Amino acid sequence: MSYINKPKVAHPSLPTNSLGLTRRQYEGSMSTLCAGCGHDSVTAAIVEACWGLSLQPEQLVKLSGIGCSSKTTAYFVGGSHGFNSVHGRMPSIASGANAANRGLTYVGISGDGDSLSIGIGQLVHAIRRNVNMLYLIENNGVYGLTKGQFSASADVGTKAKRGETNSSPPIDPVLLALTLGATFVARSFSGDKAQLVPLIQAGMRHNGFALIDVLSPCVTFNDHEGSTKSYGFTREHYHAAVEADFVPRAEEIAVNYPEGEAIPVSLHDGSRVVLRKLDPSYDPKDRTAAYHYIENKLKQNEYVTGLIHIDEADNTEFHNLNRTAKTPLNSIPFEKLSPGSATLHKLMTRYR
Amino acid sequence: MEPTDTSKPDYFHRVVDCQWACPAHTDVPEYIRLIAQGEFTEAYMVNRESNVFPGILGRVCDRPCEPACRRGRIEEKPVAICRLKRVASDNRDDITALLPKAPREKNGKRIACIGAGPASLTVANDLLPLGYEVTIFEQYGVPGGLMRTNIPAFRLPANVLDEEIGYIVDMGADLKLNTPIKSMKRLLDAQEFDAVFVGSGAPKGKELDLPGRRDTDRIHIGITWLESVAFGHVESVGERVLIIGVGNTAMDCCRSSLRLGAKDVKVMARKPRQFFKASEWELEDAEAEKVDIVINHAPKSFVVEGGRLMGMMFEKLEYDIENGDIKATRSLGDVFFPCDDVILAIGQENAFPWIEKGLGIELDKWNVPKVNATTFQSTRPEVFFGGDAAFGPKNIIWSVEHGHQAAISIHKFCHDEAIEQRMPRGVSLSSRKMGMHELAYKNEYNGVERRLVPHVGLVERFKKINIEVELGFTAEEAALEVQRCLNCDVQTVFAAKLCIECDACIDICPVDCLTIAPNGPEADLRARLTAPATNPSQALYVSAALPQTGRVMVKDEDVCVHCGLCAERCPTAAWDMQKSTIRIPFAIDEEVRACPA
Repeated sequence: MSYINKPKVAHPSLPTNSLGLTRRQYEGSMSTLCAGCGHDSVTAAIVEACWGLSLQPEQLVKLSGIGCSSKTTAYFVGGSHGFNSVHGRMPSIASGANAANRGLTYVGISGDGDSLSIGIGQLVHAIRRNVNMLYLIENNGVYGLTKGQFSASADVGTKAKRGETNSSPPIDPVLLALTLGATFVARSFSGDKAQLVPLIQAGMRHNGFALIDVLSPCVTFNDHEGSTKSYGFTREHYHAAVEADFVPRAEEIAVNYPEGEAIPVSLHDGSRVVLRKLDPSYDPKDRTAAYHYIENKLKQNEYVTGLIHIDEADNTEFHNLNRTAKTPLNSIPFEKLSPGSATLHKLMTRYR
Repeated sequence: MEPTDTSKPDYFHRVVDCQWACPAHTDVPEYIRLIAQGEFTEAYMVNRESNVFPGILGRVCDRPCEPACRRGRIEEKPVAICRLKRVASDNRDDITALLPKAPREKNGKRIACIGAGPASLTVANDLLPLGYEVTIFEQYGVPGGLMRTNIPAFRLPANVLDEEIGYIVDMGADLKLNTPIKSMKRLLDAQEFDAVFVGSGAPKGKELDLPGRRDTDRIHIGITWLESVAFGHVESVGERVLIIGVGNTAMDCCRSSLRLGAKDVKVMARKPRQFFKASEWELEDAEAEKVDIVINHAPKSFVVEGGRLMGMMFEKLEYDIENGDIKATRSLGDVFFPCDDVILAIGQENAFPWIEKGLGIELDKWNVPKVNATTFQSTRPEVFFGGDAAFGPKNIIWSVEHGHQAAISIHKFCHDEAIEQRMPRGVSLSSRKMGMHELAYKNEYNGVERRLVPHVGLVERFKKINIEVELGFTAEEAALEVQRCLNCDVQTVFAAKLCIECDACIDICPVDCLTIAPNGPEADLRARLTAPATNPSQALYVSAALPQTGRVMVKDEDVCVHCGLCAERCPTAAWDMQKSTIRIPFAIDEEVRACPA
């Protein structure tokens, strides 16, 4: 925790986006997380991503549950909407909000505890329903807020700060999401903003549920020798399979990629992601192959990162399936939204 | 780039822009912090150690520190460093007990100082505590030199001069007033002194030999005229006055004229404002007093009819200016300006009609002595020069620095030591960390704007010639102004081996001065940073290779606000905030062998 707030003073040559805002104007309040927490770097990546997308702050909805990770939403885009739900119940709130107003950009921030233990049922159904949101898991393998017990994502053989070894097998959120048919699955690392920022941008623009599992080391309880989620271990076992470059709508793809290596994928809103395969044998569009690739690499203690799977052709997005109102509920006239007791009575008689 | 070697004293010294820019290297952030703590006496003594005349310089210093101030690169206006110096001076207690004292037993060495200006007084200040007997020869009846004769009393009151000069004279200097040195030969031949320091200034005002110059007595040389005003020999001036030249002397001449009865004062400048030599604040003060500054007029002739000065003829000019350089000049014809007096303020020179040839003091092609720029020694070993006498007109703070350096040379010379071998500067660092995330200095950035110094009203100030116009900061304004200082001397010190590359420092830095990146040549690295480093006058700090990835931590020093958040947010204490103290050696710090008996 810091004793002063981050000064409002900024670099004199700080660039502005198409809204005339600087990156600093996308910040939130001062973080009270531990100094060096990976989550703060994720926050910085989200700030950078939102600035780069020229997102209207009031068009963003931030949602979270409980845990160190879930505090993150307070630290970015101060001028946006937010809801901090009960533990593991963020997906319900996100689904409801999303159903009521499909015009906003939804970002849910969760952790390995909030998503893979208490909230796993909620996560699973959010993926199944294909809720149109970015769901970002800040994954550090421990319960930081309760002083460092192993979480459901702790790897077999990893050591706790006080020496115990974990023997329970982990739940990998990326494999989970692939199994459930998620159409945007990515993994990244808090210490690699060059990779993470375009993934966040693409995830926010993806039409449907986008999951990013971010390895975000717990500097206080899980950054020691023997931990498989420390800064050092992650860097050593970090295997980028696909790099993704995000190209905003109305911008030309400026870089010339060598043929066969780059796959441009158009997103719903006209922006594009250019995927660059770092491993030629990898195909991010083939879900089954992606699953096996990751599973194999995990057995070799390698974390595959990048945009692991994307399927923009899929049309099972939440609003499509449920035929929700295109107009946000708050813009529908009250009479139409609430047709009155006479209409209700008429409706009820049909079931008698 | 090679890893930055911060053990070299100049690296952290340069980060403290004000101290680096100050010729005497005054420890500015330290004294501003002391003022903030209400320790005015201590703040005054920190100043006095390096600049000797805090009360004088707190009013009339040329303030090279302020254009250098980092705050000026972050928002527009630098910290009012000079006026804070005056705050320390105005509010100090009696400091006589804290002054250095001359020992009762002398070291047997006698030094002559010629001219009682800031350079000579500094030499005396540095050498008296070491046991030297110092004699100061002054041509006038009062000491102070240019500070007394050329700076009007409405900018620098006599009592301020008397007090600070008194501190030095009272240490035991033998001040011989009304004793001009008319022959260097006689002084040297008498062999009364072990060394002679020439601090006689640049007393010769430049002439403007145009038609009509000799036909009237209403054309004056600026510095000579100011001197006559200072001594009360001139008590009035005509209603319409033209000042030729637009340097700081011109500003003093025009404002003095207003106080001696002039109603219409015009400062005539040959070039546009961007080429003016006068300091911006002196121009502002003159313009506030309704002095008219006329640009693009080159003097052509003095118009004198029947022995009476009628005015001056000027050629009106037009310039083509590209990137600050004049590419072409065109004449737009002649213009006549009527006037009763003309004051020439177009420069001054040092002149030594009293130094005879054949003394071994070599002169250069401009007829000024050859002086070593480090030791201030002339070609005659026991004769030293300093202040404006050495390299022509500069300003008071340079004279003080010359005095310090000459004193070191004289001290070594009198002990048969090699005067070129001088003690190097040093740097010491001490951590400002208190507990986990708290720092022992006020690190919070304060967005308050530069405070304005109150002035005496525009009617009141003209009632007498010696009413000091600036009033100095009030306690309330000073308390705000001190918070604008960024504490640049509290340095960001990095230990590469502790870094885990978590990015916490980079994410929290409000001014984007940190980057972790693969190393490369400087130009390439400067372009690849979080915010491109476009100010090449400011250094890049480059760490050793970081343990996990071999990349380097790069810091662009340019706009760092020294808020310490990098150190507060660093989980491994790889960043630390450490106060740097730059050790500037003076004569007293030089180790010399005992005096030969």
